Amino acid sequence: MQRRAVLAVLGTAAGRGLDARAMAAAPASASAPSLSIGYVHWQHDVDAISLIDTPALDNGRAGAEVGISDNNTTGRFLNQNFTLEVAEVSTKDDPVAALNQLVAKGIRLVVTDRPAADVLKFADVGAPHGVTIFNAGASDDTLREGDCRANVVHTAPSHAMLADALAQYLIWKRWPRWFLAYGSEPDDLLLADAYRQAAKVFGAHIVADRQYQGKAGSRETDSGLIELQQQLPVFTQNAPEYDVLVCADEHSVFADYLPYRTWDARPVAGSAGLIPTSWDPNSMEFGGKQMQDRFKAHAHRFMTALDMNAWVAVRMIGAAASYEQSLDLDKIMNYMRNPQFELGAYRGLGLSIRSWNGQVRQAILLSDSGRTVVSISPQPGFLHESTVLDTLGTDRPETKCRLPATAPKI
Amino acid sequence: MRYASALGLIMLLLAGTPARAYLAYASNEKDNTVSVIDLATMSVVKTIQTGQRPRGMALTSDGQRLLVCLGDSNRIDIYDTKTLDVVASINTPDPEYAALREPENNPLYVSNENDALITVWNIDTQKILVQMPTGVEPEGMAVSPDGQLIVNTTETTNMAQFFSYATGQNLANVLVPPRPRWAAFADDGHEVWVSSELGGAVSVVDTKTFNVLDTIHFDIQGLRGTFIQPVGINITSDGKLAFIALGPANRVAVVSVPERKILSYVSTGQQVYSATVKKYLLVGQRPWHMTFTPDEKYILTANGLSNDVSVIRVSDLRVVDTIPVGQQPWMVLVSPH
Repeated sequence: MQRRAVLAVLGTAAGRGLDARAMAAAPASASAPSLSIGYVHWQHDVDAISLIDTPALDNGRAGAEVGISDNNTTGRFLNQNFTLEVAEVSTKDDPVAALNQLVAKGIRLVVTDRPAADVLKFADVGAPHGVTIFNAGASDDTLREGDCRANVVHTAPSHAMLADALAQYLIWKRWPRWFLAYGSEPDDLLLADAYRQAAKVFGAHIVADRQYQGKAGSRETDSGLIELQQQLPVFTQNAPEYDVLVCADEHSVFADYLPYRTWDARPVAGSAGLIPTSWDPNSMEFGGKQMQDRFKAHAHRFMTALDMNAWVAVRMIGAAASYEQSLDLDKIMNYMRNPQFELGAYRGLGLSIRSWNGQVRQAILLSDSGRTVVSISPQPGFLHESTVLDTLGTDRPETKCRLPATAPKI
Repeated sequence: MRYASALGLIMLLLAGTPARAYLAYASNEKDNTVSVIDLATMSVVKTIQTGQRPRGMALTSDGQRLLVCLGDSNRIDIYDTKTLDVVASINTPDPEYAALREPENNPLYVSNENDALITVWNIDTQKILVQMPTGVEPEGMAVSPDGQLIVNTTETTNMAQFFSYATGQNLANVLVPPRPRWAAFADDGHEVWVSSELGGAVSVVDTKTFNVLDTIHFDIQGLRGTFIQPVGINITSDGKLAFIALGPANRVAVVSVPERKILSYVSTGQQVYSATVKKYLLVGQRPWHMTFTPDEKYILTANGLSNDVSVIRVSDLRVVDTIPVGQQPWMVLVSPH
């Protein structure tokens, strides 16, 4: 599978002997064949409970930019050039119009961090033009299952993968009795379902199952803290004996208020406390320090999970193009979807694409909300017949994804 | 009977003596130290406090100077191995690994990981001789026996890159399986062996044509391929055997270099039977980089996850000792004297 290739020699240095001759890292020559990758970027304000969780305006986009830069660092030796064409979309803009603009420019590989409904629209609008969508933001399992599309690659982990990653660790810790707390937004309900399913698969028991009734926007202003100090214990009191509180709160409405405020002295996991995620700014293992350094030098901030998901999308394209030594879209996508393809992404095991639903299989970090990486799943002892990464999320035998026979092989 | 036990005693004495004269150095990436190991007692005799994130190291051929790459301090410190004092420093950004041209001990070839550069230093004058741009995250570096060819592996962009030392010119970029970590010259410089950590393979590259002659895969029964992640490669001076550290597989593969055939796996904690494997030995967890003792009777592995150094006897491929060192040992070297 791996191409054994010797590439054209590019003269990069001049001079003889041992005189000093430092050179700048030159980009690929102006005549190098170029591939433009699109990004429909959702520029929106997000309220988060913690100020440090307020996403930067270039959240996601900066990850794609570093990916482009990495592609070009390689490309200068392989005579390939990559550019990023960003379509910024605010909440009031029409996202499909933004996609169409990219398509009109001839762009066929498009990364996006838009919500699930838009990912689906993009896939269907783009399909007749041969567009492939890289879903970096939406974790909804429906996109991988009933609503799966042949022309979507999901670099964002699904809710099921995140829930399974946490479940494996909690089982490994022998904390099988869960208090499940979830919010009232539709995706909170979906995430809660993923935790229920994970509990079933890995042998945990949900001994309490409660919805937190509250809306986004509550803040620690004035008497807010006093109120929270009363509210959260009440919300969690009178629960049966449990080991850990697992919370599902996709919009930062209440989860971050749970630690230290539960009625019983119990750890919190899920959307606060111990968080399953595709990236954490503290991840240094597996060469991750280099990624963090490179990202920080570029964006002057820490790298988020969305940045990582976008970086993975751009790097998958770049890696496939370098192995294929071609910028031909069919070649790139076929190479990327080959089961042998793996991308190194600083999480130990290589990332690859599940043939049955286009999900990128990946290890999931368990972060303690900003201090350290506590663990990385899959956990030891959870085995699988083909790859341990497929112990996370919907596996081939369970998938409801039925891709049309005429679809490209994924 | 008496004869047999006398023979046994002699063998025991022989086995005990060769390592006696040597000191080993292990760079501990996480706790910013270098452990100095006395191989006579198989124990740490001194711990050097270094700058931030010591990883790559090099020893001068006379053993007088130890060079330690300090990735997060952006410099290479040069230690006097007698006093363990820093006698000179080379300021260079994010050095991950550095190789000295031997036997002159000059120049020094540095992988500047964050800057996608190789920097070649005259360490006597502390001047940069040449800089060569590389792919993303240059790491493994090897210099051909004649000093003319430099090979570097770029971790994130999957290339073994060849450069001419004389001109600094990029001669070839050979794509190898994902995350290439290390390169070692073999067959008197006619071949370079390149390990791919995620690809789980070692590519054998012809240094004249830059063709990939062969790709060696590792198949260990009872172990998923994803856990077989080759990193360090050390080849015996007679060019016959390659030792390849397999990272989280907790094994070291022993490969016949001329035949490119796996002879055995030196194994960690658990004993796993495999029909293709002749012998198993214990090493710690995630062996990464290795070094021979100068007599090549032993090979030492730096075990990043179990924070120890394993001593493997080459004659019978047995782990004879495991020495606790600092946190996350990355590399280990043995002084020739």
